[in-house]
Amino acid sequence: MLPVFQQFVQNPFPEFFAQAGSENLSQLVLEFLRSHVPFLATLPDPVLQLIAMLAVCVIFVAVVPLLPLFLVLAERKVSAHIQDRVGPMRVGPHGVLQTLADGVKLIFKEDHIPRQGDKILFIVAPYIIFACSFAVFAAIPFGKSILVSNLNIGIFYIMAISSVVVIGVIMAGWASNSKWSLLGALRSAAQIVSYEIPIGLSILAVVMLVESLKMQDIVMNQGGLGILSWIVFRTPFTFIAFFVFFISAIAEVNRTPFDLPEAESELVAGFHTEYSGMRFALFFIAEYANMFAVSAIAATLFLGGWKGIIPGYEFLGGTPGFVIKTMLLVFVMMWIRWTLPRLRVDQLMNLCWKYLIPISFFNILGIGIWVLIFQNDRNPAHIGISLLIIILGIIGAYLVLGKRSSQSPAPRASSA
Amino acid sequence: MDLDFANVLIFLVVGCVFVLLNLTVSRLLQTRLFTEEKYIPYECGEDPVGDTRIKFNARFYIIALIFLIFDVEIVFLFPWGVVFREIGVLAFVEMVIFIAILLVGLAYVWVKGDLEWIRSIQSGSKESEVQ
Amino acid sequence: MELKPLVFYVFALLTIGSAVIVVTVRNIVHAAFSLMVTLFSIAGLYVFLQADFLAATQVIVYVGGILVLILFGVMMTSGRLDMKLKMERGQLFWGGLVTILIFALLLGVIRRTPWNVQEELGTVEGTTAQIGKAILQSEFLLPFEVASVILLIALIGAVLISRKEVREDE
Repeated sequence: MLPVFQQFVQNPFPEFFAQAGSENLSQLVLEFLRSHVPFLATLPDPVLQLIAMLAVCVIFVAVVPLLPLFLVLAERKVSAHIQDRVGPMRVGPHGVLQTLADGVKLIFKEDHIPRQGDKILFIVAPYIIFACSFAVFAAIPFGKSILVSNLNIGIFYIMAISSVVVIGVIMAGWASNSKWSLLGALRSAAQIVSYEIPIGLSILAVVMLVESLKMQDIVMNQGGLGILSWIVFRTPFTFIAFFVFFISAIAEVNRTPFDLPEAESELVAGFHTEYSGMRFALFFIAEYANMFAVSAIAATLFLGGWKGIIPGYEFLGGTPGFVIKTMLLVFVMMWIRWTLPRLRVDQLMNLCWKYLIPISFFNILGIGIWVLIFQNDRNPAHIGISLLIIILGIIGAYLVLGKRSSQSPAPRASSA
Repeated sequence: MDLDFANVLIFLVVGCVFVLLNLTVSRLLQTRLFTEEKYIPYECGEDPVGDTRIKFNARFYIIALIFLIFDVEIVFLFPWGVVFREIGVLAFVEMVIFIAILLVGLAYVWVKGDLEWIRSIQSGSKESEVQ
Repeated sequence: MELKPLVFYVFALLTIGSAVIVVTVRNIVHAAFSLMVTLFSIAGLYVFLQADFLAATQVIVYVGGILVLILFGVMMTSGRLDMKLKMERGQLFWGGLVTILIFALLLGVIRRTPWNVQEELGTVEGTTAQIGKAILQSEFLLPFEVASVILLIALIGAVLISRKEVREDE
């Protein structure tokens, strides 16, 4: 039983990957088509290549919208259990088909376009948001060869394509001709662009260690020593950078405690207030796909990507390991959402500009000095030093902050 | 490299096709029954008052401005980050100068209070703006 | 791949077409959003030049940064956002003249420049590191540091000007 399980964890589809010396998914599919589908093999190479690329893309376009189906259910169940409820129970065993039913409902719902709104922009906005959120998946490495394209500028490309989403948000908000939509869109835009800076700087911290922007290089750099070679633990500064990245990522995808753009108690639903039916569902899919994507990126950059936690053993490695890590981060996001209250606008901006950005710059300098002193940061001894500093730092922070929070009285009323 | 970017292009196009397909299917399946009320912008059941495109807080603009400057800076930092270990101390010093100059800017807007969102309320003036 | 020229022409067409929309459309917000297509397709053209880093930079800085700023600006400048732009026909002559002159100048420069023409570009292995070295190890170091000063001046200047707006708002 155990060897089978182990093999599955390492390599779930052995037969298919046996032939894989290939670098990315489309090559993989190309080779598969060449060897298994004889009538296609006669086609000229470029056509076959195109077919393979389209096939890969179609796989993704089929899988990515399924993510929300699972994630929304997970979110509802997690929130229910956090609040001591049972959550959706009616549709299917234990309510597992609830989101499917919701999806079917949304398809059958009429979607209408506000008469005084801007019809063209109203229609175009979901395309921009969905296409850009979806295109992020093209650069996420799910496994050794399970990657759509290993771009030279990998992580930089992800930053670029996800920065386009802002335009779609503003477009949707403006076109809706609703006060809530416009306000939500502006808040959302200001928030997303602000938090892009700490995200960029945390990514830079990783890039400085890896010396490459390629996603696969970043993952490869984290192999060898198992969990110890993960970039989070590599230097004390990357440890901080991981948290900066994760906090900013939560803000980027507009989730509580940073969900001001769609604060339901004040703005109804933010920029997609006026969207209904399938158009709304597409925003919803994009939102949850984004949430998965940022978690996957965090796992790739800091938590070893598809590399395992035990050296030479690749346990918790490969695609299943990667998905587990990502899902853990998604779970943490949900946990945070159902634990913390929403921030105020000024707190949100303060957190970004007065805490995260200075900390990120400090990180950059720190990593620069660390690299200059220790040269090889993958040396076990240096990782040991880093771990020691991290542990001491955590203990120190606990002592200082723990004391302060136990001293301070109940939160005083806002004097601002 | 061309193939890599071709993949990206295909993703963008197929993403759009997916949206189109979904909306078309939904359009075919849904029952459309429009009443006058559905066209009114949603304001929690009240009839909307005033113009939708309100004049909003100019601070959004300042945030976008400051963001833009730092965005450009980050773009400069990425090529540096890639070659930094190869070049060593020199690269580090050069970049510290670069960052330091820009941090002066951050310090300036910080001290001058452009990062504050609730300054107007503190100064006691009328709360005419929208946050 | 024969598709490549086709894709190139699609991008070129998108760039020019959306740029024409930017200058002719009467709705200023539509113009701003149409600019997005222009800027994005220019990034596509950069990819054809094997300038991958530049392409991503184009998207990050122009689409994700400057365009957001433009949109905020457009939405802020007047209470009436759906105001229609008036097209002044009177400037057609002088505007056209200046345009033709600039075009002639650019054409002259393009024709006189000794281009470094290569038949087959081959595959370039990542431009990011090359850009980094060009910045840090060669004559571009000084311009690079000066760029930070320019950014600083731009930041302070822009904030100074727009702060007046905020104060007036209050």
